[in-house]
Amino acid sequence: MIPTHSHWTPLLGRLGLDAIPTEPIVLVTFAGVATGGLALVAALTYFRLWSYLWKEWFTSVDHKKIGIMYMILGLVMFLRGFADALMIRGQQAMAFNGNDGYLNSHHFDQVFTAHGVIMIFFVAMPFVTGLMNYIVPLQIGARDVSFPFLNNFSFWMTAGGAVLVMLSLFLGEFARTGWLAYPPLSGIAYSPDVGVDYYIWSLQIAGIGTTLSGVNLIATIVKMRAPGMAMMKMPVFTWTALVTNILIVAVFPVLTVVLALLGLDRVFHTNFFTNDFGGSPMLYVNLIWIWGHPEVYILVLPVFGVFSEITATFCSKRLFGYSSMVYATCVIGILSYVVWLHHFFTMGSGASVNSFFGITTMVISIPTGAKLFNWLFTMYRGRIRFDLPMMWTVAFMLTFTIGGMTGVMLAVPPADFVLHNSVFLIAHFHNVIIGGVVWGVFAAINYWWPKAFGFKLNQFWGKVSFWCWVPGFWLAFTPLYALGLMGVTRRTRVFDDPTLQPWYIAAGLGSLLIAAGIGAMLLQFGISIWKREEYKDESGDPWGGRTLEWATSSPPPEYNFAFTPKIHEIDAWADMKAAGVQRPTDGFRAILMPRNTWAGIVLAGMATVCGFALIWQVWWLAVLMLVTVVGTAIFHTFNYDRSFHIPAEHIAEVEAARTAQLAALNKGAAA
Amino acid sequence: MADHSHADDHGHGHDHGPAFHASFRDYATGFILSVILTAIPFWLVMSGAIADKQIAAIVITAFAAVQIVVHMIYFLHMSGKIEGGWNLMAMLFTLLLVAIVLSGTLWVMFHLNANMMPTMPKADGMG
Repeated sequence: MIPTHSHWTPLLGRLGLDAIPTEPIVLVTFAGVATGGLALVAALTYFRLWSYLWKEWFTSVDHKKIGIMYMILGLVMFLRGFADALMIRGQQAMAFNGNDGYLNSHHFDQVFTAHGVIMIFFVAMPFVTGLMNYIVPLQIGARDVSFPFLNNFSFWMTAGGAVLVMLSLFLGEFARTGWLAYPPLSGIAYSPDVGVDYYIWSLQIAGIGTTLSGVNLIATIVKMRAPGMAMMKMPVFTWTALVTNILIVAVFPVLTVVLALLGLDRVFHTNFFTNDFGGSPMLYVNLIWIWGHPEVYILVLPVFGVFSEITATFCSKRLFGYSSMVYATCVIGILSYVVWLHHFFTMGSGASVNSFFGITTMVISIPTGAKLFNWLFTMYRGRIRFDLPMMWTVAFMLTFTIGGMTGVMLAVPPADFVLHNSVFLIAHFHNVIIGGVVWGVFAAINYWWPKAFGFKLNQFWGKVSFWCWVPGFWLAFTPLYALGLMGVTRRTRVFDDPTLQPWYIAAGLGSLLIAAGIGAMLLQFGISIWKREEYKDESGDPWGGRTLEWATSSPPPEYNFAFTPKIHEIDAWADMKAAGVQRPTDGFRAILMPRNTWAGIVLAGMATVCGFALIWQVWWLAVLMLVTVVGTAIFHTFNYDRSFHIPAEHIAEVEAARTAQLAALNKGAAA
Repeated sequence: MADHSHADDHGHGHDHGPAFHASFRDYATGFILSVILTAIPFWLVMSGAIADKQIAAIVITAFAAVQIVVHMIYFLHMSGKIEGGWNLMAMLFTLLLVAIVLSGTLWVMFHLNANMMPTMPKADGMG
């Protein structure tokens, strides 16, 4: 059943010279990326950093380093995804009055598809996973995750998926189907090129990473909490991470299966989702949203946890309603499974089905509202410090509430019949994903950066970024609400009605303001790294934190805690500070730690090559890589030398330095 | 802030109940029950003891369902006591999700079918 493709050869599959794009925009981008990439490689070689990167980062199984690598991956892909966003806004702002814009439909369709896929799978997911990776073990007093090698492997699988998406820019093309690739459009009849195959295999490879990372973090949270930390004494962020990872493990297999079936349809001409021969494209829509709806809660629940930690810390008091927060999280986790049909109210179900899913959707706003009130009550009569994390939190609360309300509007099936597929929907989900997930990640970066690197971030450029982002967001998306109410459909390339243009120009200006915000944020990172001595935080607890990660030094030693802490209360670190618990300064013992391993990056690299071969249907390479991956994985199981002891003397040295640092700090404070 | 006894406790669980040690007795019980639960449906089919095929199918399915539970208890060691109840909870959660996904999908898809296939005889069957 070799597919009938005009250029297929046994050696190179569908790969040929015609795979290299000829559009000037893509060529210029390619030249830019190639030059930048070569410069980076040259710089790394010149400064002899390859061995450092390989030993200290790429092969590291330290959850903190893997967390940081996830954040870097997210940031890089964020810039790519945002470039796509600017291209869409530019095209839509100019394509009026017979002007065709600067993007042809072939290119424009790829741009909006890539924007959606990248922002969800390779920006939001790495950011959220990175945060959980870094914070959760520290918050529960553990030294690493349950399966450190698996963690490294998961990261590289996610990165492999990202590499494939980026590759599609320069070799072949990306899907032109929208970010969920509905058939029959994504079927072989209407998308005969490699675009949808890039989509399928990048998501399959990244999906394996995500699923395994979910398994890992669940095991970590369930099995590795410090003694005394009962479930109801866990920090709220850890709780949200637990529920999120349960969602991941439960629903990502659904995505995997759906994409596999779509792949079978495309390559082997099965008929799961075709129009003919008993296939049902509607089944694809149904199944992919069974994954897709929980997915948005996978993204937003951890940032709810972030906001909970930040609100409690910057109001200097316990979080209001801890247990209601936990139950709300669990309820959202369950309810997220029974609302998926609200993504296709208009597909043709009857009144009973639509009203069931409309009501369950509205019910979700109750636990979410409870969370919002908990944050407000935490702020009420608290001593609020408006540092950057708290500013993002307040902006989130205002913005997300409005996004939530437009979501409830869309949950009313009759209203959805008017608004579906319009830019109102676009405005709604950007309102909750930017106002929720993205700003939550920014809040988290500003909050935990001092923990990860030992110095605070520059306040001034952080505030510039904030004041560009928040008004910029509203300028960019309020026009879309208005346009959507007028009935303008999404993914439109050229417009007939010239009266719509001012709205799109306003939205375009908003996106430029956001671009300034992103620029300011990069500047903030750069300046803070440059002046890191000036912004140094030696206390390890710059914000008056309440949870365990603030109990250790910044950055934490590789073993996190010299002694596993004993927990008595919620907000364990605040409790310890109140009780005046002293750091132990002697009696250290050797600590068993996992060893770095090459296996993660090598296996994921081979899996990525396998994905590439499957996309281009280079069957010999795909089979070879599959066999090699399995073989290498089995070979790696015979490596029994997986851990080593950090000698007690070394720990005593590190801890003594920390003691001296704290003593100097106390002396300085007293004087 | 420390408890010295946990100093080199990396990678191990703490206090989530005893680890399970399966006994020969459990496996034997499970095996015998499984054999019985397989033999009866086999006999039902071979002897044709239940004339109505539909009722026979229902009875056999019921035996199969019981056998799934037997496997879970005796071979997969599901119980509220193991691993602090996490195993059982994960199992119940999985069953809940599978039930939601299957029943929801069937409901949705049949409903779509009923509404969108005007040529079908029961066009307004479930509206």
